[in-house]
Amino acid sequence: MHEYSIVQALFDRIQDAARERGAVAVRRVKLRIGEIAGVDVDLLQTAYDLFRVRTICEGAWLDVERVSARWTCPDGHGDIARGHALVCPACARPARLAAGDEIVLEQLDLEVP
Amino acid sequence: MCDACGCGDSNVVPVALSERVLAANDRGARHNREHFHDHGVIAVNLMGGPGAGKTAILEASAQALAALGEAEKVGVLAGDLATDHDAARVRAAGILAESITTGSACHLDAEMVHRGLHRLAWRSLDFLFIENVGNLVCPAVYDLGQDANVVALSVTEGEDKPLKYPTMFQKADLVLLTKTDLLPQLPDIDVARIATNLSHVMPKPAMITMSVRTGEGIDQWIQWLHGLKHLRASMRASIVGPV
Ligand SMILES: Nc1nc2c(ncn2[C@@H]2O[C@H](COP(=O)(O)OP(=O)(O)O)[C@@H](O)[C@H]2O)c(=O)[nH]1
Ligand SMILES: [Mg+2]
Ligand SMILES: [Zn+2]
Ligand SMILES: [Zn+2]
Ligand SMILES: [Zn+2]
Repeated sequence: MHEYSIVQALFDRIQDAARERGAVAVRRVKLRIGEIAGVDVDLLQTAYDLFRVRTICEGAWLDVERVSARWTCPDGHGDIARGHALVCPACARPARLAAGDEIVLEQLDLEVP
Repeated sequence: MCDACGCGDSNVVPVALSERVLAANDRGARHNREHFHDHGVIAVNLMGGPGAGKTAILEASAQALAALGEAEKVGVLAGDLATDHDAARVRAAGILAESITTGSACHLDAEMVHRGLHRLAWRSLDFLFIENVGNLVCPAVYDLGQDANVVALSVTEGEDKPLKYPTMFQKADLVLLTKTDLLPQLPDIDVARIATNLSHVMPKPAMITMSVRTGEGIDQWIQWLHGLKHLRASMRASIVGPV
């Protein structure tokens, strides 16, 4: 499962950020994961728990904010109701994904000496 | 002391990043895209579940393009767990193909594709098809630098698949509904319902019904590819501007 490669990419980034700031430990890793980002959050947690052993993230809590999918009219006629075709009922334009596909590292809480 | 937020602990600093976790892959994809654009190659990321008919589509495309005298303008990179099977099938059908061995990976990423490019004479091609790993979730998460995403879905997989795998179908530019020759044996499968389900996950739903057994849809698919080529050519011309 690609949750492992996502965690691998996450750790590469965290290690760089921690080194840049001279951090001795990471306390919290805050992510935003969209509903249709293709990430299974439970699997991600499992992968994270496996990876963090004996790393700078050993004591860091993984804090995941889920983001609902939201499709909207590109011309400002508002959001498409869930369970409907992805076209604007007012102008028939194809909807645009406004939120819900993000896999974002939002914040790190770093312990610095 | 509060473990969760570090309050009362003066040496914990919050660092706001707001970065895409797959930023490194995005950079690799951008690099591939530049290669493709520099050489006027249209890269098509062909995705779908295992056995959906991806390699069969490429074999049929090879034959159809050969009939048009365009076979040498097409190449394939096939993601394959450990074997060269799919690439060998496509080569036997008459077009250039190499495999990208993925090992246990459930998807291709931009770097694997870049490595694959080193083994294929891709610069002279009009179309480079990238057959992704058979999987309806993971491949959609990784940008490869492609111009278009095409998803193969076979009629035997059931009507509900678009709704169950929105991540993949949301990104699809085209869905090829494969194995339609089997529909007479599948009285419960309603093609119209599949189209409706697609419209709930794809903002610009586009579907071609196809069978490599009867040849249904192959011409339409080749036309779609030619349309894509003309669209890309006119977009490039408008970026460069009139001379
Ligand atoms: N009846 C029928 N079988 C097909 C069709 N396309 C592919 N198949 C069969 O489905 C199986 C899987 O096809 P393949 O191209 O290997 O799928 P892939 O895993 O997506 O590359 C093979 O046994 C093919 O012969 C089709 O249009 N009709
Ligand atoms: Mg195949
Ligand atoms: Zn995966
Ligand atoms: Zn509208
Ligand atoms: Zn390069």
